[in-house]
Amino acid sequence: MKLIQYVLNNYGLMGGLLLQHLQLTGIAILSAIAIGVPLGILITRYKSIAGPILAVSSVFQTIPSIAFFGVLIPFLGIGKKTAIIVLFLYALLPIVKNTYTGIKEVSPFLKDAGKGMGMTNMQILTMVELPQSLPVIMAGVRIATVINIGTTTIAAYIGAGGLGQLIFTGIQLYRNEMILAGAIPAALLAILIDRLFGCIEYKMTSKGLKGESI
Amino acid sequence: MLTFENVTKNYGNDTAVDALDMTIESGEITVLIGPSGCGKTTTLRMINRLIEPSSGHIYIDGVDIGKTDPVEHRRNIGYVIQQIALFPHMTIAENIALVPTLKKWSEQKKDERVDELLHFVGMPPETFKQRYPHELSGGQQQRIGVIRALAADPDIILMDEPFSALDPITRIALQEELIEMNNTLGKTIVFVTHDIDEALKLAGRIAVMKDGKIVQLDTPENLLRNPAHGFVEEFIGKDRLLRRPELIQVRDIMIAEPVTISPKRTLTQALERMRERKVDSLMVVEKEGRFVGVLTAGDVLDHFGRSMVVSEVVRTNVNRVPEDSNVSEVLAIMSTENVGYVPVVSDENILRGLITRSSLINVLGHGVTNGGGEA
Repeated sequence: MKLIQYVLNNYGLMGGLLLQHLQLTGIAILSAIAIGVPLGILITRYKSIAGPILAVSSVFQTIPSIAFFGVLIPFLGIGKKTAIIVLFLYALLPIVKNTYTGIKEVSPFLKDAGKGMGMTNMQILTMVELPQSLPVIMAGVRIATVINIGTTTIAAYIGAGGLGQLIFTGIQLYRNEMILAGAIPAALLAILIDRLFGCIEYKMTSKGLKGESI
Repeated sequence: MLTFENVTKNYGNDTAVDALDMTIESGEITVLIGPSGCGKTTTLRMINRLIEPSSGHIYIDGVDIGKTDPVEHRRNIGYVIQQIALFPHMTIAENIALVPTLKKWSEQKKDERVDELLHFVGMPPETFKQRYPHELSGGQQQRIGVIRALAADPDIILMDEPFSALDPITRIALQEELIEMNNTLGKTIVFVTHDIDEALKLAGRIAVMKDGKIVQLDTPENLLRNPAHGFVEEFIGKDRLLRRPELIQVRDIMIAEPVTISPKRTLTQALERMRERKVDSLMVVEKEGRFVGVLTAGDVLDHFGRSMVVSEVVRTNVNRVPEDSNVSEVLAIMSTENVGYVPVVSDENILRGLITRSSLINVLGHGVTNGGGEA
């Protein structure tokens, strides 16, 4: 009851925090895609740097988020900028790794056939490798996004805003309805975004790869 | 015409192709065959520049392909591989039209070409165009693989063991279709296989390769009749002729000196000669070996006791064959005429030899290697 009351009184605030949350996650994920996918492609071409790049990305992944924020605050201060950088670095590994794996798993015979029929390297990438590995790349983006929505709640701790702000304030004030007003939308957001990406992935994947008959 | 001039390909210290000289004629199927590691696939892949030679030159109609733009060059050469490699995310129509797409044909032109090619292999466009590769059987997929290579109407098509992964029945069907197709289209096809039966069936000419060199480049008939080298003989297998009686010439297996008799001799003399030589029929020949007919033991016994000469009894309406006819023709005569012997004569009707049922069994039972009738 208290929760409903709280929501009715504070939907404006909650909406604002939700948008902020989306903004933090969105900027981090979009930049991680913009950098991660090309990086993933690049390391399939230069195998010698694949190991180090993937190793560095997984190091980012293993640092606990609070510690990561803590490490960066002395250099970047608190606030959105630091939060976005950490979120970005977190999102990077699943995207780079899945892009790398997806492209590496494309049958060498398909690439050979493409090259043998006169595709340029760029055409082999855009006409063969990317369409083939799209489901794997999209899976990476989904994982990164869901993790990111969760981690963004923690970013409120360093003053970046988002739904986490309600949770942390609620904890400090012992107000359960406030905690829930932050936690439930954050959880629903993660589920919804995951579904949405699932739909996009389905729409973008060729019917020929889904093993369905028309 | 496709010419290899002193082409070598090294991988480190290994030589895959060794100073290869070869001319591939236009408009026919040339099969490259040999054991694995003989350099046949490397040779094929140098033609569309998927592999660059370490030294030497390859010319198409006199133009050094090393001086062409490799991407453009490949678009003008059809390419079919064993793994079929249709793009699973593209429809059948998109797969077939791949090279035309790369060449930026108009949609309409592509569409017409796709329909035409699907009709060509008996796959109705309305049924197949919008399907995806995984909805097709292996045989249908490789038919698409073959017509995809034809899409932009290249003069040269490279095929790397295209039928090896198919089941035997489908493989035979596609081989027949390929032969028929090329009778119509007259493309220059370079076909790699390790299957000698496939090579003998498809090839206009066969290049047998070993250790990066061509051991023999010849028509299937010549390869079987005169294998150039111990290796070729071994590779083809001595029992192959047994399966292809149409390639064995009569002169190779005939009894060269059949037992003969003059038409002027008596039947008693004829019978004595049969006893002596342990045969049941005699070739009746005049002077200079001119063939008259055949005298069998049965004919002699029917008239025995009367004083007759061979010329009165001899059968003259006997089927005879020239020396360069083949064993399957002889087999046909034996079975339709129900005779056990067929004389072999020259153009001037001079008796050259004799084929009997038992001499055929001897040959087909053991196979022959080279001209000369060793059985």
